[in-house]
Amino acid sequence: MGEFQVHRVRFFAYVPAGIRCLAHSARSDRLALARTDGALELYNFAANYFQEKGIPGHETRSIEALCWAAGDRLFGAGLSGDISEYDLEKLRVKYSLDGFGGPIWSLAADAHGTQLAVGCEDGSVKLFQILPDKIQFERSLDRQKGRILSLSWHPSGTRIAVGSIDLLRVFDVRSGHSIQRILVDRCLQGPQSRECVVWSVAFLSDGTIVSADSAGKVQFWDSEKGTLLETHPVSSSAVLSLAVCETEDSIVVGTSEGAVYQFQLLPLKWGSAESQWVRTKPFQHHTHDVRAVAHSATALISGGLDAQLVIRPLMEKVHGKSYDAALRKFTYPHRRLVSCAKKARLLLFQFPQHLELWKLGATSATGKDGDVLPVSRAPEHLLQLKSKGPEHICCSCVSPCGSWVAYSTASRFHLHRVRYENDRVSIKRVAAMPKLQGSAHQLLCSADSSRLLVASDQGSVHILELLEPGGCRHLQTLRPNSESMEAVYLLAVSADGDWLAAAGGDWAINIYSLRHFKPHCTVPAYNCAVTALAIHPVTNNLVIAHSDQQVFEFSIPSREYTAWSRKVQQHGLHRGWLERDTPITHITFNPKEPAHILLHDTHMFCILDKSLPLPDAATSLMNQITLKQLSEKARRGHVHAFKICKKYRPLLFMELLDEGSLVVVERPVMDIKTQLPPPVQQKKFGT
Amino acid sequence: MAALCEEFTLCGLVAGVGRGLLGLEPGLGSDRVLLTDRGRTATLYQVSDQKPLGCWSVKQDQTITCPAVCNFETGEYIAVHDDKVLRIWKDEDVNLEKVFKATLTAEVHRIHSLPHTEPLVLFRGGAVRTLDALLAAPQQEIENVISDEVIRWSEAFMETEEPVLIFITEKNGNYFVYVQKVNPDILHKYKLQQEESSSPLSFTAYTKNKSLTLLCLYSNRCVYKVLIPLQQCVPEEEQILSKSLLLQSVVSDTVLKGASLAILDKDHVAILGCLDSSPNVAKECLSIWNTKFQTLQTSKELPQGTSGQLWCYGEKFFLTHGKVLTVIVYKCETSSLAAAVGKLKDTQTLGMRTVSSCVNWNMLQEEELASPRKQQSVTAKTESKRTLRSRRNNVAKVQRDALTVEQLLSDIKDSSQNDIEEELRQFLSNSQVSDFQATVGYVITGLVNRCKTEPMFYPRNCLVQLIQTQGLSYSLCPDLMAVALEKTDVHLLQLCLQQFPDIPEAVTCACLKAFLSINDDSLEGTNVNLDSVINYIDITHNKKVEKQTETVQNGFSSELMEEDSYNVQLTQKPQAMDTEELCPVGPQKAALLNAILHSAYSETFLLPHLKDLSAQHVILFLQYLQYLYVKFSEKVSFTDLPGMLSPTINQIMDWMCLLLDAHFSVVVMLPEAKGLLSSLHKFVRAQVRFYSELNKIEGSLQELQRIKHQKDFGLYSIEMLELV
Repeated sequence: MGEFQVHRVRFFAYVPAGIRCLAHSARSDRLALARTDGALELYNFAANYFQEKGIPGHETRSIEALCWAAGDRLFGAGLSGDISEYDLEKLRVKYSLDGFGGPIWSLAADAHGTQLAVGCEDGSVKLFQILPDKIQFERSLDRQKGRILSLSWHPSGTRIAVGSIDLLRVFDVRSGHSIQRILVDRCLQGPQSRECVVWSVAFLSDGTIVSADSAGKVQFWDSEKGTLLETHPVSSSAVLSLAVCETEDSIVVGTSEGAVYQFQLLPLKWGSAESQWVRTKPFQHHTHDVRAVAHSATALISGGLDAQLVIRPLMEKVHGKSYDAALRKFTYPHRRLVSCAKKARLLLFQFPQHLELWKLGATSATGKDGDVLPVSRAPEHLLQLKSKGPEHICCSCVSPCGSWVAYSTASRFHLHRVRYENDRVSIKRVAAMPKLQGSAHQLLCSADSSRLLVASDQGSVHILELLEPGGCRHLQTLRPNSESMEAVYLLAVSADGDWLAAAGGDWAINIYSLRHFKPHCTVPAYNCAVTALAIHPVTNNLVIAHSDQQVFEFSIPSREYTAWSRKVQQHGLHRGWLERDTPITHITFNPKEPAHILLHDTHMFCILDKSLPLPDAATSLMNQITLKQLSEKARRGHVHAFKICKKYRPLLFMELLDEGSLVVVERPVMDIKTQLPPPVQQKKFGT
Repeated sequence: MAALCEEFTLCGLVAGVGRGLLGLEPGLGSDRVLLTDRGRTATLYQVSDQKPLGCWSVKQDQTITCPAVCNFETGEYIAVHDDKVLRIWKDEDVNLEKVFKATLTAEVHRIHSLPHTEPLVLFRGGAVRTLDALLAAPQQEIENVISDEVIRWSEAFMETEEPVLIFITEKNGNYFVYVQKVNPDILHKYKLQQEESSSPLSFTAYTKNKSLTLLCLYSNRCVYKVLIPLQQCVPEEEQILSKSLLLQSVVSDTVLKGASLAILDKDHVAILGCLDSSPNVAKECLSIWNTKFQTLQTSKELPQGTSGQLWCYGEKFFLTHGKVLTVIVYKCETSSLAAAVGKLKDTQTLGMRTVSSCVNWNMLQEEELASPRKQQSVTAKTESKRTLRSRRNNVAKVQRDALTVEQLLSDIKDSSQNDIEEELRQFLSNSQVSDFQATVGYVITGLVNRCKTEPMFYPRNCLVQLIQTQGLSYSLCPDLMAVALEKTDVHLLQLCLQQFPDIPEAVTCACLKAFLSINDDSLEGTNVNLDSVINYIDITHNKKVEKQTETVQNGFSSELMEEDSYNVQLTQKPQAMDTEELCPVGPQKAALLNAILHSAYSETFLLPHLKDLSAQHVILFLQYLQYLYVKFSEKVSFTDLPGMLSPTINQIMDWMCLLLDAHFSVVVMLPEAKGLLSSLHKFVRAQVRFYSELNKIEGSLQELQRIKHQKDFGLYSIEMLELV
């Protein structure tokens, strides 16, 4: 049926950056996540937790705090001392404003979304007014000694609680004076000389302040009297983060030991009005510091320096034992970081600040299923291309022939001509680049390596012509018929070079004719994020994967969903398929087997054979092992369309090089873990 | 719980679907059946393979009139065609025309074949002959026993190694039961109590305790139980057999038609029947009923109709279903309230397994741990014979009327021992007494009270019989064991220990003391049940308890290999733990001690009583426990010793620990115990070492397994993958 020589690549040394802060917006059900390298990601919970948007990182711009305000506006502030608003349509920083208070540690918006408070290194708390298109400095509260590490608004907007070193303060917003100063115990045990950093505070509507500190305590204070209400020793090391749910009956805290605890406000007796904060559930999903936590209405969200985002739905908030109650862990990006030159057998790996070009090895042997073949030629690291400037690379691609390498940062677009002359690789930058409007969000080369497609802002796609010996020319910019503000983030081009499909942040898929440089049609709107696109080389059918795991096939020539796609929708996909928790990130085809669609997510790759019947609910989706044990004849009764292989994982990339030859790029979690700094020392047994 | 398991078709039935089969008899070997249809053919089937092994037919104009049976002794098949022509053939015969033929003078009704005996031929006239007697003179005159009665059903049994044939005849709605013993030739005739408005449809019977139990399925869906005593002289007049209701399988007044009954075990019966509930739709179903709890265990509808015939051999039902012969496998486990609440003791016997190897633990030195030496292979005796009591067969008048309890209780007070015994037997055979358990309790209390007042009075047989009803417990008759202890009636004590669930620890200890102090020689004549020891004590050889000074196996002396220092001074008993070692107690005593080991106890209550044992007794008991332990350990593959009611390794170890706990200071001081203790210690140590070695091997193997799975692929590899 399908026998492949699989090039199993594990030399992509990708290490995701640790998670620094999280902000959940209940209004849009989205989570904003900032990493330690300054990258920003946006997860859409409604679209099956798909990472729908990303803003690449920046060397000098670290993000220490994020907050949503005034609807769906996202603000961030960091140690550079700037407060930024992010443009979530063009996927870049909209504007930055210096706070003039030194590095900013904390940022919070009030309940009405009209004011931003930032806590600065110099001990000041500054208020900014949020205007429709900008923010404006309003005033500073009384400056105190010591950096402000955390702050929280009282829901009424009249008070602000701030956490500093060894103490908590309460400010009256109107007067700007500090009205309460609370000293926090230094340590529960150990030397008293170590200062106690209040890493996080929360101001509840009843006037209670919750603090989390480096001594490992979670404490509840009365803000009026300045007295301690409760102390919960949580950890022997620091408690780093704290978040309260909107109903104020549940708190989540994260510690530097990687543990996450839930506190709940529970009545002392059944039915009594008096209630108490009780530490209820411990979770240990992280190995390193949990620097950020968030509390959505139904789930605890935590992110740590081990680069994992964990979403733990609360059983009591989710109805039934459904798929929604399952724990979600995100370690790998939902974006493609690898591109492959099929003909030249090259792989291009994208790192935040450099690119690596590798040539695949070869073998002369053949074998049967499961054999490891002797490698006659080892893979070769051809070149490393460092990007200049502080901006991180947001997208890259290598042409199928391998002679062009393109990448883009937020502001600049780079194209290089690579030459291979008897074992020597030379690279030359194309200097005269046409000036393009907007930044590039995705790059793609046509199959004949003659054109480069650049996905850009407002739904536009630029078409560049690649010229020998090393030049390029702007041919055309395609724009959708309907006005779109969202950037394009996925591109697919047909093998004959006639068609282009582009999916944008508004999830609309536009199809353009490259022969006439004009829009051809739009795929009927489907209300879920697109995770992968590809055009079949023979039939010119567009295959679309959505984050809810649906797969559609749309015929570009006849501008309608194909009969097979309709059949799939009618029959419904297998439950096992729909309940996978990572999106399909890449789709490819086998030109020799037109009925096959090859797709992969992080945990499996699958050959979807359209000629075979779809599995019904009673049959097992992963049936390869059982099938292999059956005789040729007996298989016929059991085969179904989904041929799933889980041998290679976690899978970052998979591509069919030529007939019978596959390349898979794996990145085992253990390999990432070894790159991380050692976690907090913990005694596990006895002593 | 009984359950119907898988079902498969044995063969298709061509002709005479509606009439069913002439007969289905077991063949040689448990997996074969011999099927005789209503035409001319007899076929031998391998059941598990569902394939015919042989097929024999008579000539065109002949008909087989009696189902073919297999003579288990010779492996031949016997059938009768055209009522009088007897044919005997073997597996390799092809043509029935060419096989042995004997023409008889009377019409044969059926031939019954039983293992270990000659087949019995039942003639339509009621006469019974063994096959060899018949073949010696085929033309002999066959008398007519029954006059114009028609035989409805017949069955043969082995009772005390003699065949017994029972057949039931009918005449004008009256049913008569004939019990024919062959050797000596005795015929009993009974009349079956009549039932208004319903008639018997199917019969089945089994023998137990020298009486025959007949179950009859009546058309009103009731199963009645009839007890027929087998040990009686020829009575003067015809007796009427009373019947008791065993099972009422349905409440409604539907009438059963063409039904069959089969016994599965002592608590379960299977009923195949057509329920004539609605006029047109005849629903046929096979159901298994529990007679103890009167519950329907499982049932299966047979929509294509059956012939109303049901056979049951080797945990399989055979029945015609539509146009095929269907085999339904069933499972039938003893049901008890204990099983229902999950407190059932595991009493499964391992008698069928054979011992593959014997290990001598003493030969296991440190350097030999990896290669346990195989001793001679011993095959366990799978046959377990029950040494049945030979009761005195008193001639007694059978009373027509059932004996009342009051009568019996008053008789107990003053009658002679023999009279009481006879009355009791009658009373017990008439078991439909309401509140049977309480009644038995009264009776036994009466007997025990009389025993206590009259030292000479000891109706041992009655007591044994009463205990064997299995309805008693210690609390129901607290004085019984005391009386038995006084009389040192070890058999009775053994029975009590085996059957009473609630014996106080003090009494258990008293029994233990009594058993240990009885001389082996004096036990020789007693009829102690040896089931629990028969498989590991060679009863015949154990008698000569000769102490060999040294055992040399293949010229190997364990003495020389001993390196442990404390062993040197104890070399006078080097053979102490040898496999050839003989049991320190006689088989009877061993069986009694096993009964003790089996009884339930609580450690806290047992310990103080255990302390009362004398040092000699402790040593003896310890020796026996050690012997058991060694026996166990020889059979590495076993968790239990073979045989019924053998003690388990846990029981042995628990008792050993308890005994040592109770008497440790004494045992340590006794010089004769030193050897025992040191050999025990050495033995346990050898075992611990061996198992720790095994653990190490297991660990290494697991590690190997793990390594095999976790291959490191490095950073780059090219692999083959096939997706099918």
